[in-house]
Amino acid sequence: MDDRLALRARSRRETAQGTPAPPRRLARGLAWGTAALAATVLASLLFGAGEVGPGRALAVLAGVGDDDARFAVLQLRVPRTVVAVAVGTALGVAGAVLQTAARNPLAEPGLLGVSAGASFAVVLVIASGAGAAALGPWVAVLGAGAGCLLALGAARLRGTGDDPVRLVLAGAALSALLGAATSIVLLLDQRTADEVRFWTVGSVAGRDLGTLSQVGPVLAAGLAIALLAARPLSALALGDTVAQGLGHRPARARGLAMAAVALLVGGSVAAAGPIAFVGLVVPFLARALVGPDLRRVLAVAVLLGPAVVLAADVASRLLVRPYEMPLGVVTALIGAPVLVAVVRSTRMPSL
Amino acid sequence: MSLLEAPGTQPAVEAADLATEALDLGYDGTRVVHALDLRLPPGRVTAIVGPNGCGKSTLLGALARVHGPQGGAVLLDGRDLATLRPRDAARRIGLLPQQADAPDGLTIRDLVRYGRHPHQGLLRQWSPEDAAAVHRALTAADLLELADRPLDTLSGGQRQRAWIAMVVAQETAVVLLDEPTSALDLGHQLEVLDLVHDLAAQGRTVVLVLHDLSTACRHADHLVAMCEGRVVAEGPPADVVTPGLVRELYGVESVVLRDPTSGTPVVCPVRRVGTR
Repeated sequence: MDDRLALRARSRRETAQGTPAPPRRLARGLAWGTAALAATVLASLLFGAGEVGPGRALAVLAGVGDDDARFAVLQLRVPRTVVAVAVGTALGVAGAVLQTAARNPLAEPGLLGVSAGASFAVVLVIASGAGAAALGPWVAVLGAGAGCLLALGAARLRGTGDDPVRLVLAGAALSALLGAATSIVLLLDQRTADEVRFWTVGSVAGRDLGTLSQVGPVLAAGLAIALLAARPLSALALGDTVAQGLGHRPARARGLAMAAVALLVGGSVAAAGPIAFVGLVVPFLARALVGPDLRRVLAVAVLLGPAVVLAADVASRLLVRPYEMPLGVVTALIGAPVLVAVVRSTRMPSL
Repeated sequence: MSLLEAPGTQPAVEAADLATEALDLGYDGTRVVHALDLRLPPGRVTAIVGPNGCGKSTLLGALARVHGPQGGAVLLDGRDLATLRPRDAARRIGLLPQQADAPDGLTIRDLVRYGRHPHQGLLRQWSPEDAAAVHRALTAADLLELADRPLDTLSGGQRQRAWIAMVVAQETAVVLLDEPTSALDLGHQLEVLDLVHDLAAQGRTVVLVLHDLSTACRHADHLVAMCEGRVVAEGPPADVVTPGLVRELYGVESVVLRDPTSGTPVVCPVRRVGTR
C-alpha cells in the first residue's frame, strides 16, 4: 500500500511538471485529433480487403483510376468512411457525456448495457415481423434509453455509486442478460437471425449513404443536446451541491445527458450495430490530451471518435484478408486492454 | 497580496440582506431545523457554530437555495429566495460545500472559471468580463502564479483557497463557506481566514460554518450558536460565548478566557459533563 501511495505521489509530481497551460493543451489536442482523423480517413479510402490496393486507390483519388478501383473507392469505401465518421463521432461524444454524468471513468455505452438495450430492442421488433430495412432508428434509440436508465438506476443502488468498478459490473450483468435474451430470440427465429447476424456484432461495411440519411438527424439531435448541456454537465464533475451553488439543476442536466446518450448510441447502433469500447477509449485519450474539462474533451472527442472507429475499421479489413473481421470484434480487441489499464492504474481518474 | 492592496481591481459588490423567516428544514420526514428566524448582518462575517448534526450545513444549503424549505422562507433583500431562478440566485449567493471534490488533473484556473457559470448562458459565452473576474479572484486568493497547476498537486491550504477563489469569481454579494478550515493545519487555516476577511472588507456578507469555537470568536463579527435545529444564542462573540453556552452546546465544562491580542473569547475545555 505504501509504495502505491508513493507511486501516486510521484505521478502527481510528474503531472505538475509536464502539464502545459490549458490553451496550449487544447491546441495540442486539436492538432493531434485533426492529424489522426486525416490519416485514418486517407487510410480508409486507400486500404481494403479486396483487390484494390493503395496504389490503385490513390490513382482514383488523383482522378485517373480504372473502373474497378473507382467502384471500390467511390461506391464502397467513401460511404463506409462517412458512416464510420458519423458513428465514431456519436460514440466518442456519448462516452464522454455518460462518463461525466455518471462521474465514472469506466461508464461506456457498450459496457453499461446501453448498446445491448438498443440491439435487443431492434432484434425484438424484427422478430415481431418488421423488416430490418423498413425499421427507423427510433426503436434503437428507445432501447438505448431504456438500457441507460437501467444501468444508471443500478448505479444509484446503495453502495454502487462511489465505486466505478461496481457500476461496470452492474452494467456487464445487464449487458449479459440482454445479450442472452437477444440470443434466445435469434435461436427461436431463423429469419431474424439471418437478417441481423452480421449486424449484431457491429460493422460499417456495406452501409450506404441511405443509412446516414435515416440516422443522421438522430445523431445530429443527440450531438446538439450534448453540446447544449455541456456546461451544466461539466459542473456536475464538481459534485451536485457545487453545481447547484453555481445555478445548475443537476437532475435536468442528467436528463439531458441521458437523452443525448440514447440518441447518439441508438442512432449509431441502428447504423452499424453495437460497437463496444469506442466510448471508453475516446474520452480516455481525449482526457490524456486536454485534461478533464468536458467541453475541451468534447472538442477533441469529435475528432478522435471517428479516427478510432476508422482505424479499427481499416484493421478489420486487413487483419484476415481477403476476409473482413467485424468492426465490433476489432474495437473489443483494442478496447479491452484499455479497460484493464484504466482499472489497474494506481490512479483511476476520479470524475 | 490581497485585493485591498491592489486598488482598481476591486469589484463593486452591492450588499445583500439575507434572512430567514420561520424556516423549517429537513429530509423526508425528519425535521432538522425548526422555525428559524435569523438575520445575517450585511457586509460582516457570521459564524454558525454548534455540535455535529445540529443542522448547520443544512441551513447553509438552504441559504444558497440548494434545498428548499419545508416551511417558512429564506429572504434575499426581502424577497423569497424560492421564487428566484437557480441561476439568478447563484449570481447573488455563492456556496462552497464541505469536502468539495474535483476531477483529477483539473487546474486552479479551470476550477475558478466554473465560478462564472451563473453569469453565462447559451447566448452569453465566455467574455472579457469573465476573464477579468477570474483574474481578480486568483489575485485575491494569491494563486495567480499557481493558476495552471492541477489541484491534486497543491497543499491543502492552497487547494481550499482555490475552491474559495471559485466562489469569489462568482462575484456574489453573499458567500457561504461550509467548514472551510477543517482538516487544515494552523498556518493554512489562517491563509483561508485572511482571505475571508478580505471578502467581508469588500462589502460581502460572509457566512462560515465552523467547528472550533475559539476560531469562530476570533474571526467572526457575529456568532450564531445552534443546537438541535434551533438558535440558542446570537450576537457578537464576546457577548455570546460563556461557559454556560459551551455547556449547553457541547456538554462540556469550560473556562472562557480573553485572547490577549484580539480580546475575543478563547474556550478552554475542562471536562465533559451532563447527559450528552
